[in-house]
Amino acid sequence: MTTTVARRPRGSRRTGVAWLFLAPFAIVFLLYTAVPTVAALGFSLTDLRGTDLRDPFAVDFTGLENYLRLFQDESFLRDILNTALFVVVGVPLTMGIGFALAFALNTGIRRLRGVFRVVFFAPVVTNIVAVALIWQYAFNAGGTVNKVLGAVGFAGPNWLDDPNLAMPVVILLGIWRNFGTAMVLFLAGLQAVPQDVYEAAALDGAGRWRQLRNITLPLLLPTTLMVSVLLTVFYLQVFDEPYLLTNGGPLGSTESVALYTYHQFGSGALGTSSAASFVMLVLVMLVSVVQFRLLRPRA
Amino acid sequence: MSTIATVRDTEMISARVAVRRRSVTRPLLYGALVLCALLTMLPFVWVISGSLRSLDEIRSDPGAWLPAHATLGNFTRLFATEGFGGYLVNSIVVAIIVVAGNIVAASAAGYALAKLDFAGKRLAFGAVMAAMMVPFTAVFVTQFVITVDMGLADTLAGIALPGVAMPMSVFIMRQYAMSIPGELLEAARIDGAGEFRIFFRIFLPLAGPAVATITIMSFLASWNNFIWPLIVAQSMSSYTLPVGLAATSQAASHVTDYGLLLAGAIVVMLPVLVLFLFLQRYFVQGVAGTGMR
Repeated sequence: MTTTVARRPRGSRRTGVAWLFLAPFAIVFLLYTAVPTVAALGFSLTDLRGTDLRDPFAVDFTGLENYLRLFQDESFLRDILNTALFVVVGVPLTMGIGFALAFALNTGIRRLRGVFRVVFFAPVVTNIVAVALIWQYAFNAGGTVNKVLGAVGFAGPNWLDDPNLAMPVVILLGIWRNFGTAMVLFLAGLQAVPQDVYEAAALDGAGRWRQLRNITLPLLLPTTLMVSVLLTVFYLQVFDEPYLLTNGGPLGSTESVALYTYHQFGSGALGTSSAASFVMLVLVMLVSVVQFRLLRPRA
Repeated sequence: MSTIATVRDTEMISARVAVRRRSVTRPLLYGALVLCALLTMLPFVWVISGSLRSLDEIRSDPGAWLPAHATLGNFTRLFATEGFGGYLVNSIVVAIIVVAGNIVAASAAGYALAKLDFAGKRLAFGAVMAAMMVPFTAVFVTQFVITVDMGLADTLAGIALPGVAMPMSVFIMRQYAMSIPGELLEAARIDGAGEFRIFFRIFLPLAGPAVATITIMSFLASWNNFIWPLIVAQSMSSYTLPVGLAATSQAASHVTDYGLLLAGAIVVMLPVLVLFLFLQRYFVQGVAGTGMR
């Protein structure tokens, strides 16, 4: 115990060797994270275009012009609202499903627990490009989904071509892909609750419902916060689902901020794209700082 | 006596009530779970059935649940005329580079962060945490500019490089290394072993489980990565499977050629799903430990 408190002898410091061990990570970090983050801020203050790539220092400094234009761009504002909708609808639904399944698997049943866990987690590891194609196949005008609806007397719409219906389908794909992550994290949280707390509560006459409300949920609060922050970060950055299902259409109704950034990049407006991505960075960092604070006691 | 008897009686009664209540709710719960499982599995049913249907069949009845005449023709077309053999090789090459890079970089960095005392340690760990937070959307434009400047645009190296030292892997290794007792390493040091000898001979053999998790998580990340290869790969010769599949689906001639596209979807997702079935514990641990996918 005392050795940790006392000043360590100089000989135990191995700065040179340690940085040699860290070198591969450090080089990749500098090249692909540190420099790009700083450079993105720099680019966002210029009128850089795709055609200037060969000579990036020939561009003009334009100050905050990109940011001003960004917040006057109706499609960017619409995309912020779309992204907010993703978060506000997606996070609670994903968490609700994830928690319900974790609770059922942990306390409700004994058999087939492993099988259910594999099934519910499979979407998390499944390739999104492949899944998006399957959804297009199922949700197209004559697809299986509409066939089922037709059988019960509804005329199914052309889901992904309807500005009002495309978004729910895109969000549903997001939920399908992510609820397994929430479930696994909640399962870990539930398994960490000591069993004797429940036994004590049962002896005191607390029923299952009261045990859930007065013991499980309060003890799961740190897990719940962590999952909600994690999913918020996922959905804030949502790209794959809208890009693959609708490419942001119809009429921009499913375009997210990340997709806006990509479309600006594709049209060659790298300055605008960088400004939009920097707005995203600030948002995600804000949420992540909260997450970091929540995770730190465990690390 | 009588009070003890009543206590025991009420206990037995309440136990019997509990048993009876459970015997009603438990089948209901299983039923609900089976229904959820079927709904979750629905896309997998669609993809298998759809991939076995011919183009004519899908055009005449796009919504049929089962193939009328199952055929493997879509799979042969993928490899014979759509270039999926090349995409498959590219995906494998990129995955090998990424996994090897992560094992080397994360083992070394995680060991240093957990077991060595050095100047700048807090800074280095801060960099790992920061790198996990920075959203891809914020850096991909500059990453692309750097890739172009290095002459790596449209190459497999350009696709693989940003992923060869993922902060997630370093974090996994660091957390695992914290649990290895320092006395072992200290004893070797007293015996005069050099730092690299200690790392290779003593630390690495003990770090097997973390190496396994890193292998699986980085393979998953590499195999399923989509946006970055989409940006870097500009010609068929460097498409990975997901990019190739997306490109195939966007080609005008394939818009309703769902049989072909769903066969492609199976080729893209099968390797990971098979690995997942055999090694699901590591997948789940990796996600639960880092919140990444």
